[in-house]
Amino acid sequence: MDVFSDSYNLDVYVTGFLWILKLTAAGTVGALVIGTLLAAMRVSPVPVLRAFGTAWVNIFRNTPLTLIIFFCYFGLYSTLGVTLSDDLELNNYWLGVVGLSVYTAAFVCEAIRSGINTVPAGQAEAARAIGMTFRQTLTMIVLPQAGRAVVAPLGSILIALCKNATIVGTIGLMESSNAMKDLINSNGDKVFTIFFIFAGTFAIVLIPTGYGFGWLANRLAVKR
Amino acid sequence: MSDEALIVLENVNKYFGPLHVLDDVNLSVARGEVVVVIGPSGSGKSTLCRAINRLEPINSGTITFDGRPLPAEGRALARLRSEVGMVFQSFNLFAHKTILQNVMLGPIKVRKEKSVEVRERAMALLDRVGIGNQAEKYPAQLSGGQQQRVAIARALAMQPKALLFDEPTSALDPEMVGEVLDVMTSLAREGMTMVVVTHEMGFARHAANRVVFMADGQLVEQAPPAEFFANPKSDRAKDFLSKILTH
Repeated sequence: MDVFSDSYNLDVYVTGFLWILKLTAAGTVGALVIGTLLAAMRVSPVPVLRAFGTAWVNIFRNTPLTLIIFFCYFGLYSTLGVTLSDDLELNNYWLGVVGLSVYTAAFVCEAIRSGINTVPAGQAEAARAIGMTFRQTLTMIVLPQAGRAVVAPLGSILIALCKNATIVGTIGLMESSNAMKDLINSNGDKVFTIFFIFAGTFAIVLIPTGYGFGWLANRLAVKR
Repeated sequence: MSDEALIVLENVNKYFGPLHVLDDVNLSVARGEVVVVIGPSGSGKSTLCRAINRLEPINSGTITFDGRPLPAEGRALARLRSEVGMVFQSFNLFAHKTILQNVMLGPIKVRKEKSVEVRERAMALLDRVGIGNQAEKYPAQLSGGQQQRVAIARALAMQPKALLFDEPTSALDPEMVGEVLDVMTSLAREGMTMVVVTHEMGFARHAANRVVFMADGQLVEQAPPAEFFANPKSDRAKDFLSKILTH
């Protein structure tokens, strides 16, 4: 444990997990927003939107996240010159958020779409029958019920997102996996300690998160 | 009841694949009239009812409501639907909303009415159908009969020009049928225009102005209830009545 009593090392550790936290937070928002929009597109009556949603899911769900993150860096930033922040580290962070969001959105979309299938057709019919538009029916009646039905699977997706955030280390952000590599490089005799501390930190945060989502899923479940 | 027609169906045809579910149907419902549609299963009664607010699009023919042809889609169609209440066999109350929210949602979101006024009206309607004390519960906590009465209140909250009932009592336990029919009967007495698809012959007898008998997608016979039940003209209607009225 004395590895972490060194203030520099402790700082590397804390900073690493703070980046993971920030990546997860922004990635969650991005993935939920994009994923919900994609799900709406996939059930919409407009063929172009449906095709767009399907294409997105098929492309991003079947591409390794490492490749997507690389593309954000080498494609968007290096080649196309897309700069999201003047600060180099923040720029890498935001590129990572983009990659995580577009990738995770594909899974969120499919989870919500399966949730939509759990909402009886009569719910949408009743909404249309009182004069709601397609959009009102979707946003007020169908999606709220679909969302409640998929809290547990969404939890799994977000836990995966948190762990996937370590991949942003490949484009130079000093997040936890980079931090771990850094510490192991300079403390070769403490490999196991360092590894278990890092892995343990993920587990300690994510295990309760999983139970939390399970509890939330029960609480929010729509009684029929 | 006036002579002025509120709902007019002319030469309406509808197919489900090769199945001709509505076969050249002509029907006119006057303002304030209560029309009960009966007939064997699969005769197209429900489809007819659902075609009137275009939950089922038709293949040919015209349907006019209050002098205007049914809009095909979009906001115009939504506006028309807001003027035609519908009560479903399976209630279809919004499962994630309380009883009160179910009744208030349409007026607030569709009509953009003020929440305070709508709440008052909604509570009055819930009291009227006898569920005022359950306003904060969720649909799943209510019995079928109670849910269906809420569904009627939800439809009434939109202050519709007509109400469509698609087998409103078919999913109910027998002891709950009466409470729903009571509400429907009182609406009929007050002059609400109603199209009711049902198997409740008692309701047809005492609440309907006219009984419409359908079979195989065709509108076979229509007459005032006393006349229809006493002297059905068509063989199919005689056959149908002999099967249901012998018990």
